[in-house]
Amino acid sequence: MNQAEKTVLAETANRVRIGILDGVYNAGCGHPGGSLSIAELLTYLYFKEMKIDPADPKAADRDRFVLSKGHTAPALYATLAERGFFPVEELKTLRKIDSRLQGHPDMKGIPGVDMSTGSLGLGISAACGMALAGKTAGKDYRVYTILGDGESEEGQVWEAAMFAAHYKLDNLVAIVDWNGLQIDGTVEEVMNPTPHNLKFAAFGWNVISIDAHDFDQIEAAFAAARQVKGKPTAIIAKSVKGKGVSYMENAVQWHGAAPKEDLYRVGLADLGLSPEEIEGRFKQNG
Amino acid sequence: MADKIATREAYGKALVALADKYPFVVLDADLAQATKTCLFAKEHPDRFFDCGIAEGNMMSVAAGIASTGTVPFVSSFAMFAAGRAFEQVRNSVAYPHLNVKIGATHAGITVGEDGATHQCCEDFALMRVIPGMTVICPADGPETYAAVEAALKWDGPVYLRFGRFAVPEVTAGEGVAPFEIGKGRLLREGTDVTIVAIGYMVHLALEAADALAAEGICAEVIDLHTLKPIDAELLVKSATKTGAVVTAEEHNIIGGLGSAVSETLAENRPVPLERVGVRDVFGRSGKVPQLLEFYGLTSAEIAKRAKAAIARKN
Repeated sequence: MNQAEKTVLAETANRVRIGILDGVYNAGCGHPGGSLSIAELLTYLYFKEMKIDPADPKAADRDRFVLSKGHTAPALYATLAERGFFPVEELKTLRKIDSRLQGHPDMKGIPGVDMSTGSLGLGISAACGMALAGKTAGKDYRVYTILGDGESEEGQVWEAAMFAAHYKLDNLVAIVDWNGLQIDGTVEEVMNPTPHNLKFAAFGWNVISIDAHDFDQIEAAFAAARQVKGKPTAIIAKSVKGKGVSYMENAVQWHGAAPKEDLYRVGLADLGLSPEEIEGRFKQNG
Repeated sequence: MADKIATREAYGKALVALADKYPFVVLDADLAQATKTCLFAKEHPDRFFDCGIAEGNMMSVAAGIASTGTVPFVSSFAMFAAGRAFEQVRNSVAYPHLNVKIGATHAGITVGEDGATHQCCEDFALMRVIPGMTVICPADGPETYAAVEAALKWDGPVYLRFGRFAVPEVTAGEGVAPFEIGKGRLLREGTDVTIVAIGYMVHLALEAADALAAEGICAEVIDLHTLKPIDAELLVKSATKTGAVVTAEEHNIIGGLGSAVSETLAENRPVPLERVGVRDVFGRSGKVPQLLEFYGLTSAEIAKRAKAAIARKN
């Protein structure tokens, strides 16, 4: 990947992060920490990796994405909006009574959402179903899913891991967002699900470990996954929860809380907005 | 009376018979020999996927398949399809209103010797409370075939409940209306009391009506194969005519047919109503006829309750 392309992707991921903050701030609640940790992964998926068309979000042969860690919907919505599935302005309606942007992804109402998720552990299974259906129908679309590291404490994740290996779903890539934190503390303290790499390998997966914020490593991992036949690929992506917003980084309390105005302003400044741009947001917001 | 067949067996045969007409796939969780999806697996191995003993995963996999436009039938015992995988049915299948058809076998106490852990008498309650879920329990072989085909044509999730124990044909006679989801079938007209039955209990309701006729009581018998959406029009019409109702189901009297009919009539046409079913207890091991007797799932019990309902008129 050349530097210019990398710069464009980084700028896009930054706008995704701004969209996450805008959404969560205006909602007054939501899950910013685990949303910010997957901004590069979603940006790469929706702007480079996946065969999708915002003008035809239900195209039969499109690649599919399932946000198995559905509580990080703000990241998915910000990415979909940035990619043109719906207006960026709509992100401010997140979680409001008259909005289609539900607290967790709703495939019936939101363009670009391929599966309704939110209850942890269910999304990876649905992604397996999509991948199996694609293989059975002789289609060459690929299926991607992002799991939380805490989510992998759900037994169903490992039922799905068995299933995907058993049916040789090499059109499936599961990414574990290894940000190390869950609601009650670090994943090691609460119910240690690591080491993910050894566990997925033991279940028969091709495993790649990367830095979740490094576009070169992300690109290399997806490219490598395409070359593997007969096995699904797990990408264990070490990330920083709350990445990009100073006070949220590696801070467990920002798993599921929204910043008030002062910290919202700090966050926007952290993401590179000028004082004028930040003021403009408040005028815009009325 | 025609040959007996268990509705699970009729289900397996229906999948085979309908396979060329509809491009569905079938999933099972290591129970294909018992659910009878093995019949389909043998004929169409490329369209059958064993998911192993992992029902939660299977249900969400089915949702993923359905999201691509292919209809999956998902089979396990009722206990595991509706019970173990309840949350996957609710969140993966029903919330997005996906075209997943759940073929749940071994429902109720006619499972027999396996006992309480496998005798699911709660699945009607679990499934009918989910928004947008259609719940069907056919009474015999022909109705099973019709229900499976109707489910294939239906847009949205469908829960189909089948039994392990053989039942006689009761819906194939002349004068019985064609099967339609959401429309109960009037099997026998009467004036004194309405027996509303579902699944295994339908043939016993007809036997009860015969016994009552010998005593000069003219019972109407409705096969309410679709628990949801419920046929309120037929229930109200019949209750208005007879003025007394008995429900009969192989399920807890809480949350199933008895509850659904009570809710419908209480709102629209209150009449004396008695419920026959499992009376809020767990099952146990035993031979099926012994169990039916033990839990009061008999034609004699239906007749007794019919008379009790009639006695409560005015």
